[in-house]
Amino acid sequence: MDVGDWVSTPQNWVFLVIALPMLFAGFKVVQTSNVVHAVLYLVGTLGGSAALFILLGAEFVAWTVVLVYIGAVIVLFLFGIMITRAPLGFDVTLSHPVRIRVAAAVVAFVLFALVGGAMLAEFENQTIPEAADATRTVEIGLSIFDRFVIPFEVVSVVLLAALIGGIVLARRDPAEEEEAGVVR
Amino acid sequence: MLINQFLLLGAALFALGVYGVLTRRNAVMVLLSVELMLAAVNINFVAFDRLIGDELAGGQIFALFIIAVAAAEVGIGLAIILLIFRNRRSANVDELDLLKL
Amino acid sequence: MCQSRAVPLLALAAQTPNLYSPRPGPQAASASHKGFFETVLDQYFGDYITVAAFLGMGALLVAGAVLASAALRPNNPTAVKSQSYECGIDPVGGGWSQTQIRYYIFALLFLIFDVEAVFIFPWAVGLETFSDLGMGVFVLVEMVIFIGILVLGLVYAVRKGVLRWE
Repeated sequence: MDVGDWVSTPQNWVFLVIALPMLFAGFKVVQTSNVVHAVLYLVGTLGGSAALFILLGAEFVAWTVVLVYIGAVIVLFLFGIMITRAPLGFDVTLSHPVRIRVAAAVVAFVLFALVGGAMLAEFENQTIPEAADATRTVEIGLSIFDRFVIPFEVVSVVLLAALIGGIVLARRDPAEEEEAGVVR
Repeated sequence: MLINQFLLLGAALFALGVYGVLTRRNAVMVLLSVELMLAAVNINFVAFDRLIGDELAGGQIFALFIIAVAAAEVGIGLAIILLIFRNRRSANVDELDLLKL
Repeated sequence: MCQSRAVPLLALAAQTPNLYSPRPGPQAASASHKGFFETVLDQYFGDYITVAAFLGMGALLVAGAVLASAALRPNNPTAVKSQSYECGIDPVGGGWSQTQIRYYIFALLFLIFDVEAVFIFPWAVGLETFSDLGMGVFVLVEMVIFIGILVLGLVYAVRKGVLRWE
């Protein structure tokens, strides 16, 4: 696929319109010094990934991202921030000092160069087929409930562990509370 | 659509997540950067799924399982951070040095 | 259940009518007379293009209304105007107070059962297909086990009293 073909495909322009804001939002997630802004920029990145999934014809995954990530995980993060009393305004001590940041930037860039270079070398010109035959939810269901039954049931155990673990960790023990003299 | 444009986007988002994990002091922000890395992995999985036209939609199923496990991870991770915050009055990772002598 | 069975199952499932094929019926006869837009809108992206068009128009309308009112109204900002309103009294302290930890448990419960719902959707959508393929009982048992395990968590939450709001 040469440059002319790439430019004349409308999907590629849609990709650019989605991907560039995603990268900007992802950069702001790790760079901004306001905690709430970081969480809201993460919403942008995840929303962009959901749009990319729709572009790729994976509708169910796209709406799962919207439902679980944007709907629930982000809410959990906001609660976590409000409870840990993180300063809600701009806070320059949110990140490590510049010396560490430069080192981290070098590490991240080397990682990106290695992974990106390897992928460019391996998948030079392979194109994704058109999404005219988007994956239907029925096919996802057939796959989960037939081929991936065991992982599916294990997921329920993982969720149970998370539920019980979260309650054990976050629940305030009444006896402990009386000890601390908290008035109820 | 080239497969590489999705893979490069995933690699860039993953690198941003690594940068965030290494630089953030607040533990909640570290967890936020981990979410960025998981989103990058999901993009790669779905792109590869479409590339090979998997009949079982394996890449998409993996992405679904990653989302489910990530949800559990965030629930437990934030609960641990809340517990640390309650005991130490701080959620900064560089102040959690009780095990250091 | 096993690799050898999975492929014919999917082939059978592929015979069910495709959601994104052009609508059959009277229009099918005149398919060759369709204009460019009808052809595009009948494809997979058609619905999303429609939604995107509506979103774009909505955003333009709101932006236009806000910009027009900003251009027409008098502009006279003072420090008092941007104060947060607290029943007419001067606000004291910051606008932020620490949230109680019990809210976190409710958010966690919501998250867990949200993920559970995600796995119930493909099950509910495919019920007819599953029973046509003769795996209805098998799939039902799977889902009963899945929900049963998570109900254990709900029972634990109720027994520990975290659902009580005091």
